[in-house]
Amino acid sequence: MSQFRHSLAGRLLADPFAVLALLIIAGLVLIAAFADVVSPHDHAAMNLADRFAPPSATYWLGTDNLGRDTFSRLAQGSRIALYVALTAVSISGLIGLVLGMIAGFGPRWLDNALLFFFDTLRAYPTIILALALAALMPRGLGTVIVVVVITSFSEYGRVVRTQTLSLKNAEFILAERAMGASFLRIVFHHVLPNVLGPFFILAAMNLPVVITIEAGMSFLGIGVPPGTPSWGATLKDGFDYIRSTPWIILAGGLPLILVTLGFTFLGEALRDQLDPKLRKSR
Amino acid sequence: MTDTLNVAGLTVHYQTREGALQALREVALNVPAGQIVGIVGESGCGKSTLINALLQLMPENARIAAGSIRLQAEELVRAPPRRLRDLRGRDIAVVFQDPMTSLNPVLTIGRQMLDVQYRDRRPRAAKLALAAAMLGRVGLPDPVAKLGAYPHELSGGQRQRVAIAMAVMMRPKLLIADEPTTALDATLEVQIIELLRELQQEIGCAILFISHHLGVIAELCDRVVVMYAGEAVEEGPVHDVFLSPGHPYTARLIECDPGRMKTRVAQLPAIPGNLPDLTDPPPGCIFRARCDSATERCASHPGHVALAPGHWAACHFAAKDRA
Amino acid sequence: MSDSILKLRDVVVEFPALHGLKALLARPRQRRIRAIDGISLEVRRGETLAIVGESGSGKTTLARAINGLLPLAGGEIWFDRQPLHRQPDWRAVRRQMAMMFQDPVGSLSPRKTVRDLVLEPFAIHRQPVGEARQTAIRLLESAGLGADFLHRYPHQLSGGQARRVGVARALALNPALVLADEPTAGLDVSVQGEILNLLNRIKAEHGLTTVIITHNLNILRHVADRIAVMYLGRIVEIGPVEQIMETPRHPYTAALMSANPEPDPTSRRDRIILSGETPALTARPSGCEFHPRCPVARPDCAARIPVLETGATRAVSCHYPTYEDA
Repeated sequence: MSQFRHSLAGRLLADPFAVLALLIIAGLVLIAAFADVVSPHDHAAMNLADRFAPPSATYWLGTDNLGRDTFSRLAQGSRIALYVALTAVSISGLIGLVLGMIAGFGPRWLDNALLFFFDTLRAYPTIILALALAALMPRGLGTVIVVVVITSFSEYGRVVRTQTLSLKNAEFILAERAMGASFLRIVFHHVLPNVLGPFFILAAMNLPVVITIEAGMSFLGIGVPPGTPSWGATLKDGFDYIRSTPWIILAGGLPLILVTLGFTFLGEALRDQLDPKLRKSR
Repeated sequence: MTDTLNVAGLTVHYQTREGALQALREVALNVPAGQIVGIVGESGCGKSTLINALLQLMPENARIAAGSIRLQAEELVRAPPRRLRDLRGRDIAVVFQDPMTSLNPVLTIGRQMLDVQYRDRRPRAAKLALAAAMLGRVGLPDPVAKLGAYPHELSGGQRQRVAIAMAVMMRPKLLIADEPTTALDATLEVQIIELLRELQQEIGCAILFISHHLGVIAELCDRVVVMYAGEAVEEGPVHDVFLSPGHPYTARLIECDPGRMKTRVAQLPAIPGNLPDLTDPPPGCIFRARCDSATERCASHPGHVALAPGHWAACHFAAKDRA
Repeated sequence: MSDSILKLRDVVVEFPALHGLKALLARPRQRRIRAIDGISLEVRRGETLAIVGESGSGKTTLARAINGLLPLAGGEIWFDRQPLHRQPDWRAVRRQMAMMFQDPVGSLSPRKTVRDLVLEPFAIHRQPVGEARQTAIRLLESAGLGADFLHRYPHQLSGGQARRVGVARALALNPALVLADEPTAGLDVSVQGEILNLLNRIKAEHGLTTVIITHNLNILRHVADRIAVMYLGRIVEIGPVEQIMETPRHPYTAALMSANPEPDPTSRRDRIILSGETPALTARPSGCEFHPRCPVARPDCAARIPVLETGATRAVSCHYPTYEDA
């Protein structure tokens, strides 16, 4: 596995889009990690005298309706975004992985049942589901994560199921069985490593979607509690006060755009690297 | 009479990450009118590249670095796309190896055979009649019913017959058959070879028959071209090339064919070594590294050494010890 | 009779032809197709038996059924006196019975290095490996590959090289029986010889019993002791290789052996060209299943099913075989 990663990294670095993507993502991670250091101001400090200020040397992206530095708020928001993204993707990925493999390996009726389950969930518009769940649960990041997990795991489940089904009958799996390999060995040593490729591509493309769902929920007022500096909250403020200044909403959209582009490029670069290698045969 | 096909000095390069892959180098071959010429070679010899070049349907990273391809004296390299589209399917037709993928799975056989005739301004009924006649000619039972069938409803052998029918329907000048029987069973293979032979007699087209199966080439073809690692290393009448090969590779290839040996041998012959790296081909004779008769002289490229009228080999020592 | 390491008696393998609702509504006979329809044969210790046939004959299905990859619908299989048809300990059986698959690169796990692949049998059966690297090198060398292959991945191997890795892996734990499914498929003629020589050498050194599945008639003379010819899931003829190839008794065998173009432009054989194609398994002809295509069929061939003598060294399943022993 490590050998594979080494060669994959080498090839990724040769792709300019992948490099750009990695830079953006690295930037995001660094800002999130060192948000307090990087922020020029305390994100909660209010300077009512300077409210609605346009970008300047003091306030790099201007201030919001309470005079808080937008850049510092966005920097804090990157922590929330990253936390939501990683937690939600990990949980939904894990659920999807397990269910997908059960669907792939299990009897037909189970496969059909799980498929029906996946498709039903995916058919639900995310916003409706979010609203319904938000009404039932206390407002907070936990709810956001639950909503994201419920709306996302089916996607992973489908992808993993498809991969598992096609691998199940692959000649090398048959060869492992013919050698006497146990089912568990086949699953963990031979099926899982080959499933993870498309899985990670999906995860990379899914991360920005997750972040956007959080932003959307916060924008609608059913996400993070008021006062939390999430990107969605900043967008909402920007929207509410757009007549006073356009800068809040413009600045608020910026990190979302960058993150979406970054992860999408990464996902595509991964897919380009993974597919030709798998297809290549002498 | 002009030859149907003349290829001279054809050189094709692929642009890859590791540099230019010289897939074909100065390939020359001729297909006289009305004859069946076989191309025999193993994996990596450039057969597929050659066919793609002949049809001018190469992938994006390929380019013809040099050479000419003339179909009845008309130059195809750098010909205008409209002219090439005109020629394909009508004057040059192809039968591919895999009958599963060479037919469109979502269209009926009849529809596909109509498509091939798109240039004709005849009524639809006439075209369908021709299609049914061709299907019957290639040995499909109940041809009219087959017009409404989809490819997956037919067996592999039947699909290959359909492909042949589509190819010869427009009475092409040149039929290119790319390993048409490799995916078929032996008993089916002989039926298809018989069919090709008969059709060739009737239509009088020239056939370029690509295969790695020496027995089929020996049986069907009039002339043969032997390819190795992107070069044509020998060309001549089938009889001469098989019975007194001029190039060491040809000789070794024939030796290795297990069908040739009538009694059990303790050790089957093989050709040791691997293909040279075509991004950096060695200077001189391309077969040098694997040849057991190589000398220093082989560091220079042999070119075509004439052995008899119409028979040459790319080897310095080809003309030695010949009766 | 000398020691038989593998014995098959009336083995039947079926596949579902219809699924779901259609299956419930159809007659029981239509629901399943018989890919293997009653095969009996014995393989002696140390011999190489070639199973020959065209697509649809069921030869790959048979190999997989012997190895337990496909369930039996009927019949018995005895491997070294162990009954395989009665839920054996497959792991123990597969230690002794190795299988090589048709697609040389595709049968190797794509994310494993060659080193991991040849050592896999040790890991599966929890056998001591000794010095892992040394063992891997020894296995590769016995298959004709150098140590520089240890860290390569399957997609970096040529067909011949991948085939050798398959051989090295199959022989890692010194099995008693090897089932080789199309060992020369996808290999150039110049490389085929090397693989066959390898198999022959290992057979001589270790006394290995081999069952080779192939449709490549050219190699039979050089690797096989006996040949079994299959058609539509049944054996139609079985016997020593020279006899089958020179004096075939079943009309199908005769057609098969003659349908093999030789690389000799001067030879013009009397070719027996069969009419039509192999029928689908769902539409088995009556009586002798070969009769619709048989050039010497007589009226009663459509009515009576011919029988193959089981256990004999040479046998044919035909009402009117040629070359009757005088």
